Amino acid sequence: MKKIIDVKDLYTQFGANVVHAGLNFHINEGEIYGILGPSGCGKSTVLREMVMLQEVSGGSIEIFGRDVANISYDDAQELRKNWGVLFQGGALFSSLTLYENIALPLQEYTKLDKNLISEIVAYKIDIVGLKPKDASLYPSQISGGMKKKAALARALSLDPKLLFLDEPTSGLDPISAREFDKLILKLRDLLGLTVVMVSHDLKSIYDTLDRAAIIDNKVIVAQGKLDDIISMDNQFIQTFFKADI
Amino acid sequence: MLSKKNLSFTSSFANNRLDFSLAGEINLYTLVSFEKELESKLRNGSELFLNLDDITSIDTAGAIYINKLEQTFAEKQLAFSLTCKNEQVISTLKTIHVLHLDLEEFVYKQPLFIEKLGEDAVLRMKKFVEFLSFFGQISYGFFYLFKHLRSLRYKEIFFEINENAIKAFGIVALTSFLVGVVMAYQSSVQLKIYGANIFIVDMLGISIFRELAPLLTAIVIAGRSGSSFTAQIGAMKITEELDAMRTMGFDPIVFLVIPRIIALMLMMPLLIFVSDVTGLLGGMLVANLDLGISTSLFLDRLNEVVAAKHFFVGIAKGPFFAFLIASIGIFRGMLVKDDTQSIGINTTKSVVESIFAVIVCDAVFSIIFTNLGI
Repeated sequence: MKKIIDVKDLYTQFGANVVHAGLNFHINEGEIYGILGPSGCGKSTVLREMVMLQEVSGGSIEIFGRDVANISYDDAQELRKNWGVLFQGGALFSSLTLYENIALPLQEYTKLDKNLISEIVAYKIDIVGLKPKDASLYPSQISGGMKKKAALARALSLDPKLLFLDEPTSGLDPISAREFDKLILKLRDLLGLTVVMVSHDLKSIYDTLDRAAIIDNKVIVAQGKLDDIISMDNQFIQTFFKADI
Repeated sequence: MLSKKNLSFTSSFANNRLDFSLAGEINLYTLVSFEKELESKLRNGSELFLNLDDITSIDTAGAIYINKLEQTFAEKQLAFSLTCKNEQVISTLKTIHVLHLDLEEFVYKQPLFIEKLGEDAVLRMKKFVEFLSFFGQISYGFFYLFKHLRSLRYKEIFFEINENAIKAFGIVALTSFLVGVVMAYQSSVQLKIYGANIFIVDMLGISIFRELAPLLTAIVIAGRSGSSFTAQIGAMKITEELDAMRTMGFDPIVFLVIPRIIALMLMMPLLIFVSDVTGLLGGMLVANLDLGISTSLFLDRLNEVVAAKHFFVGIAKGPFFAFLIASIGIFRGMLVKDDTQSIGINTTKSVVESIFAVIVCDAVFSIIFTNLGI
């Protein structure tokens, strides 16, 4: 299996506060990988470091064979076109309609004509389960679940092979959350995506993840298949997975 | 692994059939060259045979394009066929195939000019009615508080007085002083020609007391407090704080709106007074340096020729201006919708509208006062 992301000795520090003291893990092509851990352990920070929103203090993160900690501007731009990021709140551009939000990367990065762009957008809107008539709405006019779907469509607009999800099901009702899980699984199979996600939602973790890493107390305390992780003797793992649900 | 931009073509034409072979990757970036190449090779009415055997990968955009090609050929009733060995490419092509989308719904229709005009007019009308209703709510709030003086938010009022008036004294004083200097300096040139140096006192006294000080103060406060009211209340609306207050039974009118209005109405006369004093100070300085009018002469003359009514007219305008600035600022804040751009738009509008309202109000006052002979 091909490694898409390879994190080696990742070290993160905010002022005097050490967040990660040497993380090592890798993510294979085609899998859904979860980064889990208690609040404040720096899960989102790892994600932000991967997508180059945050500088790493030491170590390396290789994505598609390129080290994001040490990368030229052009390479970084190239890399950015090859992944999609879904933010917790959607972060859709509030001055643009859903259609414009999804079409924006296509207009900026490709020379395709309008008709083809609108067909691609139509396809993306359909694939995430939105209706064509939603396309003309503004983000302020739609519900939280729809916002997430639209943001997912935007993340997918350039046909990335890699998708980052930051708490994809937070703020959704249980039914929408399960729907969203199914959507992620469907898209992975349909488009051959590799998915990296940070999540707190236990049901979502059980349903979607292939493998996971658990960060606790600055290091990775467990990684691998979920079944193997659950049996491990760690206080966080015991309380998190053995909680009555 | 990163998407590459290599795609090459070979084609041959025979028996009214175009054999078109591709090698490499079909994706968002190579699609345009594929499209162009195919168009240049394709003759009217010819059949097409696509050979995708050497394609290593295809993305959904490419698949959508090939799907569309197939449809157009089917519409023209021309033969279209393709071959492909790569399993992955075939499966991507298949996922697109099942979709049937109605593109009509995506077409954005540009509204007619007259349509926009009508919509705009109705929108403005609605905003005005909304403002009247807001005015009604404020009035109701005032009456309610008259009856229940104890529920007046004294703490908030003093907080707002400090934020919006006390902290504004400096900037109001400085602006007025400079305007006083400029006014005196400009008119001294003219007055010197006629040897009418002493009339600078009449001119400055009346113009600053009656018009300049109130207007200048109002403009500074509109820019300073009007905008901050809009941004504060607007942000509270976005974070659903206003809704939370309502559900807990804290009427935002009583808790947020009225304290701000009262604070500004109480303090505006004081701010105008500061502006009066510093404006005259600036004028006096220039009169002394440029026209040789001593401070005591200036003050004597001021006492003699400028009636007290001019001063009181200026001060009396204060609460009215303050009411306009505060209520427009807060109203605009309440109009903020659930997006970030709306805060910017409403803040701009709040400042522009409150300055405009202040000037209109000033014009109305000057008509009233003239007719009353004040």
